[in-house]
Amino acid sequence: MHTEKLDNILETTGKSSSELIEVLQEVQKTYNYLPEDILRNVSEKLEVPLIEVFRVANFYKAFTLKPRGEHILTVCMGTACHVRGAPKFLDEVLGQLGIKPGETTEDGEFTVETVNCLGACALGPVVVLDGKYYDHMTAGKLRVLIQKYRNKSCKESKKQ
Amino acid sequence: MNTITSMKSLKELSERTKKDNQKYSKIVTLCAGTGCQASGCSSIITSLHEELKHKGLTEKIKIRTTGCHGFCEQGPLMVIEPENIFYSFVKPKDIPEIVSETLSKDKIIERLLYTDATSGKKITYERDISFYKSQNRTVLEQNKLIDPCNINDYIAQGGYSALVKVLTKMSPEEIIQEIKESGLRGRGGGGFPTGKKWEYCRNAEGSPKYVICNADEGDPGAYMDRSVLEGNPHAVIEGMLIGAFAIGAKHGYIYVRNEYPLAVKHSKIAIQQAEELGLLGKNIFGTNFSFDIKIVRGGGAFICGESTALMASLEGKVGEPRPKDIHTTDKGFNDLPSNLNNVETWANVPFIIKNGASWFASKGTAKSKGTKIFALTGQIKNTGLIEVPMGTSLRKIIYDIGGGSATGKRIKAVQTGGPSGGCLPEELFDLPVDFEALAEAGSMVGSGGMVVMDESTCMVDVAKYFLKFLLDESCGKCVPCRVGLSRMLEIIDDITKGKGTEEKMELLKETAETVSIASLCALGKTAPNPILSTIKYFQSEYEAHIKDKRCPAGVCRELIHYSIDEDKCTGCGSCLKACPHGAISGEKKKSYRIDDDQCEKCGICKEVCKFNAITIS
Ligand SMILES: Cc1cc2nc3c(=O)[nH]c(=O)nc-3n(C[C@H](O)[C@H](O)[C@H](O)COP(=O)(O)O)c2cc1C
Ligand code: SF4
Ligand code: SF4
Ligand code: FES
Ligand code: FES
Repeated sequence: MHTEKLDNILETTGKSSSELIEVLQEVQKTYNYLPEDILRNVSEKLEVPLIEVFRVANFYKAFTLKPRGEHILTVCMGTACHVRGAPKFLDEVLGQLGIKPGETTEDGEFTVETVNCLGACALGPVVVLDGKYYDHMTAGKLRVLIQKYRNKSCKESKKQ
Repeated sequence: MNTITSMKSLKELSERTKKDNQKYSKIVTLCAGTGCQASGCSSIITSLHEELKHKGLTEKIKIRTTGCHGFCEQGPLMVIEPENIFYSFVKPKDIPEIVSETLSKDKIIERLLYTDATSGKKITYERDISFYKSQNRTVLEQNKLIDPCNINDYIAQGGYSALVKVLTKMSPEEIIQEIKESGLRGRGGGGFPTGKKWEYCRNAEGSPKYVICNADEGDPGAYMDRSVLEGNPHAVIEGMLIGAFAIGAKHGYIYVRNEYPLAVKHSKIAIQQAEELGLLGKNIFGTNFSFDIKIVRGGGAFICGESTALMASLEGKVGEPRPKDIHTTDKGFNDLPSNLNNVETWANVPFIIKNGASWFASKGTAKSKGTKIFALTGQIKNTGLIEVPMGTSLRKIIYDIGGGSATGKRIKAVQTGGPSGGCLPEELFDLPVDFEALAEAGSMVGSGGMVVMDESTCMVDVAKYFLKFLLDESCGKCVPCRVGLSRMLEIIDDITKGKGTEEKMELLKETAETVSIASLCALGKTAPNPILSTIKYFQSEYEAHIKDKRCPAGVCRELIHYSIDEDKCTGCGSCLKACPHGAISGEKKKSYRIDDDQCEKCGICKEVCKFNAITIS
């Protein structure tokens, strides 16, 4: 099994059971989600029962147990973004992509996640697409943005 | 690098840094906080570096990248010293002009100046901007003077001199006495007296002891802690060092919210730099006091901001609160005495030690001392971070600093204290913002979120928003919170859909009171605040939803209809093209119509119509 990546992670974090969350953070960063076989390994190496590893993985929002899409759209649902109309475009983009928050489109292109605040409230509503922040978002602007990404990946797949 | 072992060597380093800065004829301060990064400051910083190099000005002009200045809405922003010229919304293409005109010839570029939101006048200097002028900044003030990744900048501002003072001149008891006399109360929401907490922890049995910094900042719509930790991490570290020395703690933790990568990065760099100078680690300042700090990232759970849940999370466990009959100052992290304070609380400590308890106590009200940082957001002209003395009125904050309504619509409420707080109506805007006054009115200071709402906000929807948030974030350990909140949400949800009844309103209030009494932790205990305060102050909005099946603010989707005003519609057809649901029909140059059955109420048509012809009823 490919434990090499995990071994690298454990080298920096250490193998104490109190490092469980930090280890899962790194695993998530490496794989984009928490693969089950890796979690089994984590359980063995940190000597934390597997059920506890899963409990922690389920409890914290930062972790996902399912693979995520190629593009990750994070929509801020914090108070400041809410009063400036975030719910309107969240529903709209979910409708456009045909998924629910936390889900990935069938073609594996987009995952939409929500977050409670990104700390950029003065610029709200804020969304983050693949790490890039977009401020003063509206339903119309977001629609166009998603379409742009869709077209881009269409073109790229045609080129190949 | 040499370690610092005396006040003299600290002063020397400070003087050297100041002298280095005097070599430059100008210092350009560029904000590189999360907000300004979101609006694209990185490319500006690169362009400026390149342009200065290209023009051979790197010896004359210094670039200082700093943390958040608080006026993120105007970002990316730039301040040119010593003149104090303030440029907002700077773009990479402006850089050559800034270098050739302002930096080389002292010429002001009109177009980049800030326009006062109220008077419409252009303002040249940062100090004249009303958003800044009406504040009283201490902690936040340093942000623009310091490159958070350069410890020398902090030292040049008098940084670490408070640490040296306590290590050389004060006993732990004297420090605790000083903090007590200052009247400092926790900035994380509870408002517990900081000196008292330290004393409990100092007197507790068990070792080693821990000091912990709460940087989980769960309040959605607030970012004070982010900006302090990101922009001035050494102030937090110095505060923790002083606390650790007073309490007798050996190890420290900073528990940072997962969504704040820049704060994590900057505090890691700061810790490393402090260690290199011998200000953190073993035998600090050549004494036998040793203390280390570790950064731990949270996992994105609001409840982990609660003290006992946070400590469970630090241990690598699920973040569930436990009953607090045993205080965390006795048995906290790893069952050992642990002292938890908020980011802003820690950052205030060095200032109190440096300037004295009476300096701090001279600001604020009888029971709430000092200044407090608030995140002013929502439908207001000037949004951003503000620092004002405790006791400043809501009106002054909203109108003098915030500049009033952004939309021209009447401001009707302000939400303070986040999900545990409440909504206060305009009639109460003369209330002084302090721990007692806001609690009496049914809200709270909380950690400092302040969301301003105008007539386009539906208060029932806001109440629903917070309930949903809290239900989502409830850890589920105790029944009143888990089940109670879910029943309350059902009732509120019905109201927003026009299916509410008067009887259900009574049930809602009753359930709210039960949840408040019977829940284990403060999440559940304070959860009814947003509901009860909106019912108390905005009864008529609830009635409109229940009796008239109407949402006065035009927010609750089941109760509103989009239509096109024939008189205003020019027949341009933009809405037809934009509507993603095929709900609009009509002919070009004639009037268009919306089919109510097809309309999903997304509001896109309203966004694109240039003639304001789309109406909501
Ligand atoms: C549900 C819940 C969430 C909390 N979130 C935070 C938080 O994000 N940051 C914080 O400093 N305090 C938070 N608190 C308050 C902490 O429990 C604690 O009182 C505080 O960190 C103590 O520091 P202080 O005395 O310096 O304010 C929260 C409390 C509750 C009940
Ligand atoms: S009140 Fe809510 S959040 Fe607090 S312990 Fe109970 S279920 Fe968990
Ligand atoms: S609100 Fe949205 S769905 Fe309804 S008519 Fe306008 S654009 Fe179409
Ligand atoms: S509320 Fe959206 S960034 Fe803070
Ligand atoms: S992040 Fe630049 S002013 Fe706040």
